[in-house]
Amino acid sequence: MGIIVGKETKAIVQGITGAQGSFHTKLMLEYGTKVVAGVTPGKGGTTVHGVPVYDTVEEALEKHEANASIIFVPAPYAADAAMEALENGIKTIVIITEHIPIKDSISVMAYACQVGATVIGPNTPGIITPGECKLGIMPAHIFKPGKVGMVSRSGTLTYEIAAGLTKKQLGQSTCIGLGGDPIVGLNFIEVLKLFEKDPQTEAVVLIGEIGGNLEELTAEYIVKEKYPKPVVAFIAGRSAPPGKRMGHAGAIIMGRAGTAETKIEAFKKAGVEVAEKPSDVAAMLEKILNDKLAR
Amino acid sequence: MKLLEYEAKRILAKYGIPIPRGGLAANIAEAREIAQTLKPPLVVKAQVPVAGRGKAGGILFAESVDDVEKAVNKLFNMQIRGIPVRSVWIEEKVNAKRELYFGMTVDRLNKTYVMIGSTEGGMEIEEVAEKAPQKILKFPVDPLYGFRLYHARQMAKRMGYSGNQLSAIANIFYNLYRAGVDYDAELIEMNPLAETPEGNFVAMDARIIVDDNALFRHPEFKERPLEGEFSPQEVEAAKNDLAYVKLDGDIGVIGNGAGLVMATLDAIQLYGGKPANFLDVGGGAPSEKIAAALRIVLSDSNVKALFINILGGITRCDEVARGILKAREKLGIEKPMVIRLVGTNEEEGKRILTEAGIQVLDSMEEAARQVVEVARRL
Repeated sequence: MGIIVGKETKAIVQGITGAQGSFHTKLMLEYGTKVVAGVTPGKGGTTVHGVPVYDTVEEALEKHEANASIIFVPAPYAADAAMEALENGIKTIVIITEHIPIKDSISVMAYACQVGATVIGPNTPGIITPGECKLGIMPAHIFKPGKVGMVSRSGTLTYEIAAGLTKKQLGQSTCIGLGGDPIVGLNFIEVLKLFEKDPQTEAVVLIGEIGGNLEELTAEYIVKEKYPKPVVAFIAGRSAPPGKRMGHAGAIIMGRAGTAETKIEAFKKAGVEVAEKPSDVAAMLEKILNDKLAR
Repeated sequence: MKLLEYEAKRILAKYGIPIPRGGLAANIAEAREIAQTLKPPLVVKAQVPVAGRGKAGGILFAESVDDVEKAVNKLFNMQIRGIPVRSVWIEEKVNAKRELYFGMTVDRLNKTYVMIGSTEGGMEIEEVAEKAPQKILKFPVDPLYGFRLYHARQMAKRMGYSGNQLSAIANIFYNLYRAGVDYDAELIEMNPLAETPEGNFVAMDARIIVDDNALFRHPEFKERPLEGEFSPQEVEAAKNDLAYVKLDGDIGVIGNGAGLVMATLDAIQLYGGKPANFLDVGGGAPSEKIAAALRIVLSDSNVKALFINILGGITRCDEVARGILKAREKLGIEKPMVIRLVGTNEEEGKRILTEAGIQVLDSMEEAARQVVEVARRL
C-alpha cells in the first residue's frame, strides 16, 4: 500500500538522456520501479538503460501505458515539460529540477489543479513507497517497508530520520519530499489526508523548516480535524537569522514570520510531539506506537 | 535580486506609471547637473537595496543645488546597514495629501500572485498588517486568467475611489501587475503611492525583487555587481554554486542538503556553540566543490573549528574525503575539524580520512557536541 505511488505505478522519465536523468533511471530500474519510457526532444529512437526514448510525451503514451512522470529537465524548460505531461493525461508528476521560476511553477500548479493531477516538487528528492516504487533520487538502501509515513520539506534530513526509523525496525509506508521551492505542489495537509486513509501508515513524521506558514496551518488542521494518527514533527532552522535564505528558496524568515519557534509552538499546542534532535524522532515514535499497542 | 529604487522606478515609468521627475548621479558633478534641471524642493535618496532606508538616514532634502551637493557628500560617506552608498537618485519632492500602498507578491499557500492595496501607505506593509489588518485589501490572482483591468477597478473602488480618479488609479494598479509579471517579480510595490492635492497619483518610492531563478530571462540584470550587498564569502560561494550564509559564531559548518545543514546549526546551538556560517554543498558534490567550500568557510577569520556533516545519498563519501584532503594540503588547514560521514561509499571515505589521521564520527549529534567542546577549549 502506501500512498500515491506503488506497484501499479508505470512511469515515464522526462529528461531521461541527461546525466541526472539517465543515472537515476538506472537506479530506479534497479529498485524495481516500472519505467516504461523516456522523453527527450530530439533524442527519440534511442534507448537509455534499455528504456525507449521518444521526442514527445504524446508519442510515448501512444506506445506505452503510463500514469506517472518524473522530470529531470533543466529549469528553464521544466515547467513546459510538466505542462506537456499534464495535458497528455498524466496524473502524478514528480519534478526533481530545482530553480524553476516562480511564475512558471504557479502556472503548472494551476493547470494541475484544473485537471486533477498531483504534483510533487519542484526541488524534491521525490517519493518512495519502500519495496514497491521509487520515483526519485533518494538513496534506496536507507528505506525499508514499514508503518511510518514521512512528509518533509528537506531531502537529506529525511534520509537522516528515515535511517533512524529503519534501524528501529519501524520502516516507512511512503516518504514524500514536498520540495524546497517557494511554490510546490503537494503540501503537508494534503499528504496527512492521504496517510489517514492508508491502512499501512500507523504514524506520521513531519519534517518542516523555517519560512512560510504551512506548518502552522497544518497544526491548525490537526486540531480542527482531530487527526487520528500520531504525528511527530521536527523543525529545522531554530538557529537561523531573519532575512537570510537558508539554502532552499523557501527557507527564509521574513520579519517575525516563518520562525522555527512559532512552528514548534503551533505543533505543541496541537498535541504533536516535536523532536529536539533528528535522532530523537525514531525513539519518540517507537514509544508512541508501543503505548498505543499497550492500550 | 533586489533592484535599486531608480531601476524599479524606470521600469514603472516604462509601464506608464507616473513617477517624480528625477535622475541618477554617481558623483557630485552629475548631481549638480541633474539638480539644475529639477524644480526644488528636492529629495536626495541613497541607492542601496535595503528597506527602511529613510529611518537609517539615507533620504535627505534639499532646497538648492548647493544643498544637493551637501546631501550627496554626506550620503557618499555613509554606509547603510553596512552597504556603502555608490549612487543617489535626486527627484522633485512630491506633495502628498495621502500616502497609499499598492503591490504584488507571491502567495505560497494558494500558489498564486496576490495584489495588495492599502490606504495606509508610507510604512512597511507588514507593520500595517499587524496593527490594522482591516486596512489591507488582498486580491488573489487567478493564475490562468490573470489580473484584469476590472479587478483593478474593483480594488480602487473598495479603497474609496470614484470618478476620474477611479480609472486613473486602476490603470496604475493594472500596469504594476503587468510590470511585475513581465519582470518575474517576487515582489513589486509602490510605497508610498502618493495622492497629490490636485488628485493625481505618483509612485514616490518603488521596490522590485526579481525572482533569482528567472534571471536567465532577464539578461539586462546579469552583469549587475553583487558586491556590497553580500559578504566576500557569499559572492565567492555564489560563483561556485554553493549556498552560503554568514552567521556570527565561530564554528564553520559544511554539509549537504539545506535541511540537514540547518539541523546541524541547530545541533551546534543546542550544545551551547555558535555556528559561523551555513554552507550547503548540494547533492552529488565532487571533491573540487568540497575543497572550494572549505576555502570559503576558512576565509572567515572568526572560524576556530570546523564541522563537516555529510549524509551521502547522491553525494559520495569517498569524493568528500578526497576533497577534504585536497583542501587540507593546498590551504594548509591547521584548525581542528570534526567530521561526520555516513552513506554512499562510507567505508572508502572513512578509510581515506582515518589513514590521513582525521577522526570520523557516525552520529551527527555526537559530532556537534564534540566540535562545540573543541571550539570552547581554543
